[in-house]
Amino acid sequence: MSSSQERLPRLLALVPYLIARPGIRIDEAAADFGVTARQLRKDLELLWMCGLPGYGPGDLIDLSFEGDTITVTFDAGMSRPLRLTGAEATALLVALRTLLDAPGVADADAVRRAVAKIEAAAGQAQPAGVAVALGVREGARTARSRQVVQAALTAGRALRMTYYTASRDQVAERTVDPMRMLIVEGRSYLEAWCRRAEAVRLFRLDRIDEVTELDEPAVPPPYAERTDTTAGLFRERPDHEVAQLVLEPDARWVSEYYPVERLTELDGGRLRIRMRYADQSWMVRLLLGLGGDVTVEEPAVLAESLRERARRALARAGQLTVAP
Amino acid sequence: MSVARAERLVNLVLCLLSTRQYLPAERIRAIVAGYTDAPTDEAFYRMFERDKNELRDLGIPLEFGRTRAVDAEDGYRIARRDYELGDIDLEPDEAAAVALAVRLWDSPELTGAAAGALLKLRAAGVDVDQGVPAVVEPKVRTTEPAFAPLLAAVQAGRAVRFDYRRPSPAELRTRTLEPWGVVSWRGRWYVVGHDRDRDAPRCFRLSRIVGEVTAFGPTGVVARPPEVDLLEFVSASTGEPPDTTTARLWVARQRAAGLRRRARVVGERTLDDVPGDVIELDLFHPDSAASWIAGYGEDAVVLEPEVLRKSVQERLLAAVGGVEARR
Repeated sequence: MSSSQERLPRLLALVPYLIARPGIRIDEAAADFGVTARQLRKDLELLWMCGLPGYGPGDLIDLSFEGDTITVTFDAGMSRPLRLTGAEATALLVALRTLLDAPGVADADAVRRAVAKIEAAAGQAQPAGVAVALGVREGARTARSRQVVQAALTAGRALRMTYYTASRDQVAERTVDPMRMLIVEGRSYLEAWCRRAEAVRLFRLDRIDEVTELDEPAVPPPYAERTDTTAGLFRERPDHEVAQLVLEPDARWVSEYYPVERLTELDGGRLRIRMRYADQSWMVRLLLGLGGDVTVEEPAVLAESLRERARRALARAGQLTVAP
Repeated sequence: MSVARAERLVNLVLCLLSTRQYLPAERIRAIVAGYTDAPTDEAFYRMFERDKNELRDLGIPLEFGRTRAVDAEDGYRIARRDYELGDIDLEPDEAAAVALAVRLWDSPELTGAAAGALLKLRAAGVDVDQGVPAVVEPKVRTTEPAFAPLLAAVQAGRAVRFDYRRPSPAELRTRTLEPWGVVSWRGRWYVVGHDRDRDAPRCFRLSRIVGEVTAFGPTGVVARPPEVDLLEFVSASTGEPPDTTTARLWVARQRAAGLRRRARVVGERTLDDVPGDVIELDLFHPDSAASWIAGYGEDAVVLEPEVLRKSVQERLLAAVGGVEARR
């Protein structure tokens, strides 16, 4: 939405907002509306020129400025905000209900009360057309990990944990300084400063095997930045390998599950993709599992390593009938 | 929007809110500041038409009618009870939930709408502090290009047409759908509606829609049947059968950590002169389990059940043959 399209809703909301907060500081109001103090002053100047037909001194919206604060002295009949539109009610109420379904996110009782109050105030603007369920599947072990992690976040303590790194298929001990928890695409993550990697890492809660709160404060360095999740969680790095693959129809899910570049649609519903990977052993594991539903076109070393590993696996499985 | 236009629109809203009479267009032209600038009748009506649309787009309930049957002309007014947001007062914990809900969306359409709702709640006197960090932040993204046109079609109650690729059996076909809603289920977006070609309710994954989504036909003709629960429909359509089996595997010592962390070690065994453990593993989805186990190559060998051993073997054979056959 462009800034000009946002202006009218803001102008209509501004007078009731100020009525509810007599003497509010202009910069504080600007922050609530997400605009600069300069823009807010322009809005106020514009509103000052508006009013009821006649447009005499008693008809115009009247504001009193005192230092950096502002008070509405005449509202020209605009005392309440405009009701919610269907789209606004949908975005807000669906989001609130989604929180109910996410483990440990918000106080469920508070969410239910907020939903009831907003529904009552919104009147006929009922949510429609959008439904969301995070559907986080959480086993008993993950639920326990989540409780420990949440307690540590609240108390501001570091954690020691046994964590499974899928890319390397390794379980290792790590000490981390928790920063926050996230739920992205139906999965729960802990974002933390990893002291071993000396970097911010996202840890999947279902890959934490054991976790203990330490008796020392969480101290992520000041330069530890939160991960921007708007573009997904996978970060391309220059040292990543790139594979070119052809997916049979049964393996097309790979192109939906992992971030890939779709190159060409081929006959028979096959798809040629380019996919980045940090670790060859991980990639071989994925491809072995796909069996005949994927063809490795590049790089040759990956195709060779895949074939070799499959051959050795078959040979070993063949020993079953020989060995006791 | 020019300053003059913004000012005129605010004046129009104030005027129509304050009147109980329906005001004919000519009357509005005469009394609302900003319209007197219109040089001709035509210019005025063009201007007024645009302004009415702008107000309707914002959700302002503009009424059209006449105050008394004897009035010569129809006119306009805004009913205050329909315009105003009802009274609302949130406790701090409720306001905190709202703040978190507004941050849920990573989506241009829904982020904007949620911000609009927040603006109005604040204008109603509710204090919502967005600066408080949450312990857990759920995020719902809408990256599929089909999302915006489908949501718009659902909200307008219009039918849509799109090309849809079904992966298996492979098929690319044009679908005609009366969309009831868009649904995010476990991080994936679906559209649910009445499939006109099959004459049955269906759900489609947005990531499998190819190209443009075209809305067609009149608005307001499509509505979700009241008995349909969108979420239930999607979760029932995408659910996997809960079919648990226990498998026994040989895994090489110190290897296959991903399997081991889900398993119980029940014995030791040497296979192919390699020391290892016998483990037991509870499997929920036999098919994906075969892929998972095959991925470990020679580090994991299925002992039983036979059907799992065979499906792992099939994958390995295909990986050997498949790569060679296509070179």
